[in-house]
Amino acid sequence: MQKIHKILIGIAFSPNLKPNLFEAVRICNMFNAELIGVHVGEKTIKKETDLQQILSEAEVLKKPIKTVWQEGEPVKVILNTVIVEQIDLLILGALQKENLLKYYVGSIARKLTRKASCSILLLIKPSIERQACKHIVVNGLKDDKTEETIRTSVLFSKHLMCKKVTIVEEISQSELQVKVDDDKSLRKATIIKKRLKNREDQRVKNILKGIDSEDISIQMQSIFGTRGYSIGHYAKIKRADLLVMNAPTNVGILDRIFPHDIEYILSELPTDVLIVK
Amino acid sequence: MNKKNTLKTFIGEIPRNLFSGFVVSLIALPLGLGLALASGAPPISGIIAAIVGGIVVSLIGGSKVTITGPGNGLVVVILSAITILGNGDMYQGYLYTLAAIVFSGILLIILGFLRMGALGDFFPSSAIQGMLAAIGIGIFAKQIHVMLGNLDAKGSIVELLIQVPEGIFNFIKTDNSSMFYAGLIGIISLLIMVFYSKIRNRYFQLIPAPMWIVVLSVGLYYYFDVFSTTDYPIDKNLLIALPNDILSNFAFPDFGKVYQLEFISAVISITLIASIESLLSIKAVDKLDPLKRRSNVNKDIRALGLATVISGFLGGLNVVTVIARSSVNVNNKGSNRSANFFHALFLVAFILLFATELRKIPLSALAAILVFTGYKLAAPENLKKVFNIGSEQLLIFIATLLVTISTSLITGILVGIIITFIIHVIINKNVLLFIKNILKPNVLMFTEDGKYYVSVKNFSSFLNYTKLKSKLDQIPETEEAIVDFTLCDFVDHSVMENMNNYSETFERKGGHFEVIGLDDSKSGSEHPFALRKILPKHRVPKKGVLTKRQKFIQKISEEMQYSYEAFSDLELKELTNFGYFKTRKIDKVSNVLTNNDCTIFDVQFSEGEMIAKQVIKATMLHIHTKNKIPKFTLDKEGVFEYILHFSGYKDIDIDAHPDFSKRFYLSGKNEEKIRAFFTDELILFFEINKQYHIEATNVGLLVLSNERLASVKEIKALAYFGASLQKIIERC
Repeated sequence: MQKIHKILIGIAFSPNLKPNLFEAVRICNMFNAELIGVHVGEKTIKKETDLQQILSEAEVLKKPIKTVWQEGEPVKVILNTVIVEQIDLLILGALQKENLLKYYVGSIARKLTRKASCSILLLIKPSIERQACKHIVVNGLKDDKTEETIRTSVLFSKHLMCKKVTIVEEISQSELQVKVDDDKSLRKATIIKKRLKNREDQRVKNILKGIDSEDISIQMQSIFGTRGYSIGHYAKIKRADLLVMNAPTNVGILDRIFPHDIEYILSELPTDVLIVK
Repeated sequence: MNKKNTLKTFIGEIPRNLFSGFVVSLIALPLGLGLALASGAPPISGIIAAIVGGIVVSLIGGSKVTITGPGNGLVVVILSAITILGNGDMYQGYLYTLAAIVFSGILLIILGFLRMGALGDFFPSSAIQGMLAAIGIGIFAKQIHVMLGNLDAKGSIVELLIQVPEGIFNFIKTDNSSMFYAGLIGIISLLIMVFYSKIRNRYFQLIPAPMWIVVLSVGLYYYFDVFSTTDYPIDKNLLIALPNDILSNFAFPDFGKVYQLEFISAVISITLIASIESLLSIKAVDKLDPLKRRSNVNKDIRALGLATVISGFLGGLNVVTVIARSSVNVNNKGSNRSANFFHALFLVAFILLFATELRKIPLSALAAILVFTGYKLAAPENLKKVFNIGSEQLLIFIATLLVTISTSLITGILVGIIITFIIHVIINKNVLLFIKNILKPNVLMFTEDGKYYVSVKNFSSFLNYTKLKSKLDQIPETEEAIVDFTLCDFVDHSVMENMNNYSETFERKGGHFEVIGLDDSKSGSEHPFALRKILPKHRVPKKGVLTKRQKFIQKISEEMQYSYEAFSDLELKELTNFGYFKTRKIDKVSNVLTNNDCTIFDVQFSEGEMIAKQVIKATMLHIHTKNKIPKFTLDKEGVFEYILHFSGYKDIDIDAHPDFSKRFYLSGKNEEKIRAFFTDELILFFEINKQYHIEATNVGLLVLSNERLASVKEIKALAYFGASLQKIIERC
């Protein structure tokens, strides 16, 4: 995904609708894209006037909104619309745990995240007023999708006027191949770590060569830790505004029971998350 | 070249290790005999364990200055195994127990290979202490009767303790001279153990206390034998029995009960205690090592396992790392594993050369050594220490102790774990915090500006401590490490204690280790190891127990002649004038350090509202300037995030200083005044110092580095930076 022409937002008439819509409208305008709102349920006059009311308070859309009213099973309807309308980006709101400053992805949104064919933006803190995006954290895993993901994050940072991007290379502990037991193995491990870090930095630099990223300060940070988990924790500590991740390859039932990679992030969102497909 | 040198040092150090091994063997001999006797096994089995342990572990072990042999923690377990498995027949029970020892050795080898040697890390430290105290009481209860010359005292630990007054009474009134003399030797031996360290005589201190006891009691025998007309008054059954032909008369384990539950339970208890005792000792000895080497715990556990298997087949007890003998080794300048090896060789020599003399040692003398050991394990001071950490720790300690004494060791430690967990749940009023997060990874470590930064999330207790430990162990102790518990809701005593250990190790090896993010937490007591629960925001007390960080800040405040207030309700009104705080709401300011016009503080502020709200804690410096200065912000070039508040202003380049202009992003409204303000001296100052984010209003400066709490070292640097900056500005 490198161009965003069509953005889809699910409209559920919940208390979060207003901030979600405002956020979606803002993003649409930043990308100069078309907004498509999907409501799964009956179309009533009240709902329609409510929606119009909220939209009239928001920024003016550069391209007119298209609303789809359709009854049925929410996940199926939305997935179907994504294909029919050739959507580039799906915006979903996250839920907050009661009394806790922790966010997670609800069951419908989770299914959509797994099955949708387009990229997904999960918002944890949609806001009526614009909160500037100041820091984007993006994964730099050794994976075929990574180049695309980095390109997308640079695209996002240009459109969102974000000046700082950190590429996090998560290096699995097992790659170290040295267990730290005593001083000698520790020295060895430290040297290997440095070597691995340089290797990863070099790999990411090669990717960056082909990407035009002037005026964006791009930094690299290597972390030795559990894949998918470390980057979320890092984004939280560094208070990043957006975390950009590769889409997972094939998530089976076992992956949900023994969470790894992106599942860690879905169960506790550190910040807004963009999953690039 | 390098290898040659190592060999050279090794050879050069042989004499001192030989001497050290000799001194250690002087202690190991009586202790080995005594521990074996107390375990209900033949005395020689303790010596076999020491010899095999010394040879095997010194050849393939992973630690440097430890001494291995039979351990006092195992006495109670082995005694109960022999009693239960033997069903009244102590010797048969001993043969069955040898089989259990062999199996526990195999288990230890497996644990070592699985890198689970650090079994002790999974247990809460108060529970372990309770268990060790229970072992101490067990040894004490049994051996005090032997010390008084009575071999027939039987019963559970509690019953034996109740019999103590009666035992003393019987000893005083006895008309059995054998028992009376044995008891007398026992009491004198105990007095030697107690007062040995208090006698400051160089020649007396040459021989370790246990050896004095051996020398004196053997001497007494020869006195009666050679000079006195009366016979040696102590009966033969109160003297040590050693087999006649020591080298050919090995007992062989009996594997007949392998499939029985009581056998399996014995294997588990033995393995558990062996692993915990060795681990605690290895850790403690590493702290003593003058060369500051780190032991390879898993390799050592494997070696101990192998040694235990061999020792078991030869009729010896378990081999564990022992702290007392190891510290004697360090004190006598033992510098490598050869000391352990020599200690074993000397033991062989003693057994072969002095077997006759050793047979003259009364059991009561050895029992006195054990009474002293048992007392030290269960000393009331330990109780006080635990209580100082917190009343909840005392509860865990006592519960574990009582259950261990009245049932078995495994039940005891299990109860300790369960009670600890329940207490944690009650303190937090939240089970889900533990259940939901226990399996999740919760530790993140990365390097930032050459420092290791470790952040811990959710909770940190004995349940998930290994995750934190595995990260911390990867940091070279010569580096700087910061552990941040800001995202943690709860940190328990075991973790706090371990953090303290790390801090000591780093300090010793020239690094720096600091814990941050606990200043807002509630703690049960003033002790640095007390558990800490992070309080909900806005409910932070005005008074409270200072964390280690706060105490350090207090200390440096005195050094730097700053005044310090940990729980200040001071509102820094000037802060809101800074662009930085235009969009951020200040919740509270704490840990305020002031010196005339310089103020360093931790500030907690929030960004956004409602669900978008984020709470941030950071350390900053505020300078109140005397002269009026222009408004500006100064930043590292490339860090754009702070500058939004001033958006619209361009980077002011100062032509005379291209390097400065390249590295710094300077912006502000009144370009002329700013140019005038940035004198050459000021620019040079900024160039040579660490780059901070600096913001100026007309009357003040705000300095901060990254948006997190600073470590004490960073605070010092910040204070120094501030003071110098202030001086220069005043001259401008």
